[in-house]
Amino acid sequence: MNPRSQTARARSDLGTRESEAARDDRSPARPDGFAKASGSLAYADDARLEGMLFGATLRSPHPHARIRSAHWRPERAPAGAIGLLARDLTGPNGVQLLDDAWPILAGDGVHHVGEAVGLAAATSPEAAQAALAAFEIEYEPLPARTTPAEALPSDVFTELEILHGDVAHGFTQAAHIVEGTWRTARQEHVYIECQSMTAWIDTDDTLVVQGSMQCPYYVQNALSHALKRPAQRVRVVATPPGGGFGGKEDYPSLLALHVALLALATRHPVRISYDRHEDMLATSKRHPSEVHHRSGVDSDGRLTAMDVDILLDAGAYRTLSPVVLSRAVLHATGAYRCPNVRIRGRAVRTHTLPNGAFRGFGAPQVLFAVERQMDRIARAVGIDPLEIRLRNVLEPGDELPTGQVLDDSTSARLCLERVERETDFRRRWREHERQRSTISGDANGSRKGVGISLYLHGSGFTGNGEKRLASTVRARLRSDGRIELQTASVDMGQGSCIVLPMVAADACGLHVDDFVVAEPDTSRVPDSGPTVASRTSMIVAGEVALAAQEICGQIVDAWGKRIDSAEEARLEAGELLAGSRSEAFRQVARCHYLEYGASEVTRVHTPPAWQEFDEESYRGVAYPTYAFGADVAEVEVDPDTLQVRPLAVTAVCEVGRVLHPVLCRGQIEGGTLQAVGWALMEEAQCREGHLVNDRLATYLLPTVQDCPEIQVVLLEHPWNGVGTGAKGVGELPMNGAAPAVVAAIENATGLAIAELPATPERLLVELERQGLADRTQPS
Amino acid sequence: MHVLRPRSLHAALEDLASDARLRPMAGCTDFMVPGAATGADSDGILDLSLLSELRGIRWNDDWLEIGALTTFAEIAASNFVQEHFSALVEAARQVGGWQIQTRATLGGNIANASPAGDSLPVLLALDAELELSAAGGVRRIPYERFHVGYRETALGAGELITRIRLPRPAPNVHQSFRKVGTREAQAISKLSVALCARVDDGIVRDYRLAAGSLGPTPIRLREVERAVVGRTANSETADRAAEIATHQIHPIDDVRSSASYRRWAFARIVRRMTLDAYASSLQG
Repeated sequence: MNPRSQTARARSDLGTRESEAARDDRSPARPDGFAKASGSLAYADDARLEGMLFGATLRSPHPHARIRSAHWRPERAPAGAIGLLARDLTGPNGVQLLDDAWPILAGDGVHHVGEAVGLAAATSPEAAQAALAAFEIEYEPLPARTTPAEALPSDVFTELEILHGDVAHGFTQAAHIVEGTWRTARQEHVYIECQSMTAWIDTDDTLVVQGSMQCPYYVQNALSHALKRPAQRVRVVATPPGGGFGGKEDYPSLLALHVALLALATRHPVRISYDRHEDMLATSKRHPSEVHHRSGVDSDGRLTAMDVDILLDAGAYRTLSPVVLSRAVLHATGAYRCPNVRIRGRAVRTHTLPNGAFRGFGAPQVLFAVERQMDRIARAVGIDPLEIRLRNVLEPGDELPTGQVLDDSTSARLCLERVERETDFRRRWREHERQRSTISGDANGSRKGVGISLYLHGSGFTGNGEKRLASTVRARLRSDGRIELQTASVDMGQGSCIVLPMVAADACGLHVDDFVVAEPDTSRVPDSGPTVASRTSMIVAGEVALAAQEICGQIVDAWGKRIDSAEEARLEAGELLAGSRSEAFRQVARCHYLEYGASEVTRVHTPPAWQEFDEESYRGVAYPTYAFGADVAEVEVDPDTLQVRPLAVTAVCEVGRVLHPVLCRGQIEGGTLQAVGWALMEEAQCREGHLVNDRLATYLLPTVQDCPEIQVVLLEHPWNGVGTGAKGVGELPMNGAAPAVVAAIENATGLAIAELPATPERLLVELERQGLADRTQPS
Repeated sequence: MHVLRPRSLHAALEDLASDARLRPMAGCTDFMVPGAATGADSDGILDLSLLSELRGIRWNDDWLEIGALTTFAEIAASNFVQEHFSALVEAARQVGGWQIQTRATLGGNIANASPAGDSLPVLLALDAELELSAAGGVRRIPYERFHVGYRETALGAGELITRIRLPRPAPNVHQSFRKVGTREAQAISKLSVALCARVDDGIVRDYRLAAGSLGPTPIRLREVERAVVGRTANSETADRAAEIATHQIHPIDDVRSSASYRRWAFARIVRRMTLDAYASSLQG
């Protein structure tokens, strides 16, 4: 039985169908589940090594300063402690990402508070902290530009533009022209496990770096570049991360260099584990954004022109900002059709922490903006929020601003229609609108509202990223007859440890426990690319399945020849079958191993030829496909305190093929809650370059008691373009809930908040601005 | 750091008399959070957790006596408290989160003396009295006189808070408590308000209002009370209460909220609570 052919049948019968949540056989338990739940799994900080030293980091107290002099005074440090400054580096002082402009240690000057200036190592974490007093740094503070407005126009890292149709002409066709400026805040990842990394030198002089990360080969590359060591002499091992959300995409390369430098200087193993405070102070955040929209619509509310201007605060160094900006411009017009578009995006330098990868990668910011803009347009035209979306929604065959023509799997309308059916949104929205204008606060002192959002997320790497990566995976037969799946993908909670075996088992006709997932260790696994961009289930799993299939094919052929059956040999549910003959696969595979050794198959991912993108003109296929979603959020607002309680979010997501329904729902629930937190309370506040709330006592995120009822509806629209047919699900839900929640607040109160988070304090400012204080007087 | 674990109140007071620098510890929920304000740098700890005589809730004549080591979970579960002190139950259920409530004690919340302590405005509005014990003897003071400045208290050297005493409220007193935080649990309050009010035949007979997080200490709003008692309970009186109340507080801008929001929400809550007290008198 081939599950793929089953899926294909379903598609031809039903078009898009809903997956059945109750099919437990499609959701086997993850192998690391018990160890994680019981606390026995070893994380990066758990293993103690013989002779291990501990590192500590001296950080800049200034947002911008020249370093006049820097010294290490060993006499002031605990005995045996060592200290390193930028001048002690022998290779390039840069972390290789897109370029190597991000310093490992600040040299002539510092460009943000918390920037690493010196490193110390000593026999305990406390002694290492004490050793920081032995650094003597003389700073000359310089004027700091800490907001994007101050950075413009001169300090632009990257600028991108997409032109489509004729915007000026589009505005001449408009019956209404609507403008809006939408802002979002710096968000902290709050992965449960803080950053931690350990380095040591093996007996064969290999540098080993082990720790919590999403991208082992990024780390290897950064180490190899800055330490001028061939990649073969740099071994990077990813321990199971306690969460990542993108926060372990770029920063681990810097921390790996810090521990490696200390290990090389001391010839001892060295570990640095941040506590929460240092982690929040030092590591990247979600880019704050300001997005300006100018939109033209005809009298029916159909878009004639969209002019979008995106500003991202990149922080002090470029790091991954150009790629984040790229995804932002490519999602700027949302899931809507518009013939005339101009999108400009700029990422600017400020003297603040470098911002980096975070679930959604630039898309949540622009989707918040475009979704709230659509609501504003709907009010201008005089139609409801569902109607404006239905009139402009992308359909198969429509063209994106890049010129990409959307394929049959474009399911935005299906998501909208389904979320309306699930929630009765339109009727409830209209009822709340009517009540709001006639009743001043109901008897129990609260008022409710609903909001809707429509969103999409481009699947996999942007543009030619996958082509450049040439992801490599390997399947290898083990002596116990199981097949090891070798990839550099890291399971940070999303579930690749079970999804990879599931996909391979499906493809081969085996069981999930016929497979073993290799530990992501650069000395043992090929470079299947970073664990980012919701690409693992889609692309890496697809190649893994093919590699495993190929190995099974070899075993089946050899067995067929050996038994010399007239019938063709095949593999089904763990059994080799040929005519009346059958034998357990595992047994045969063990014999195969004894006879032929550890056969292995390596595959390199090649994107389809039609995935052509011109990175100069931004024309072409930016993503092979798009996942879609529509959310309806319901909130209750207290008229006395303007506190917003998110009551419910219904998320309808179309993610291609659903590989593991339970984990897939888990991704959507988690991403939705993360978006609700970003909408209502999460903000890493920065004043004059200093983070104000750099602890979890002051940076608040939702607790379980703040969690709305989240209803997830999965739509499957199997798609055969690339890999497994999954469209990627990790980031999609981050794009939907925030605009829906803020729209629901507007429906409940009449207050349209243009800046996240939509705190009671911001609602009060808006209330006073609109002079609506009477409207929420208690009755 | 050394830790003493006395087994009786007598022994604890003796220990404290001999070393005034000992830091008394009950539920440890603030102490376990590292930071300057919490005393994690103390020389020595006086662990009170074995003093079972300071646990429990009982009536003594017309006073409810709550042992200082009684946890918020125990307070919220007490029939006596539920029957007579609904505002205290409300506050007890909003301290920290569920886990905190099973360890944190009422005495600890008072001694910690944070202006944001969730139970404190309720105790002010309930006219609580504190029993303070030292090796030399026992004294009682009105709780209103306990907080003398930002994290400064009337507790003398060698003294422990041993009991919190609440006078039995008149039967038709309406009690309310409202905590405003950024989230539903584990939030330090932006502001908190407690009101005990009695309305008879449409006239406000008794009105005791207190607030937290709106100044350096929790405060009792005596001027509002004087302005409201004896007046007809209506929306005009509620407006007046709210208006005067906002002049008695000293809210600040900080990482949790803004002064203007605190002032606005406080006025709204005072107004709403006053109207609710009136409405409940009509039902009662």
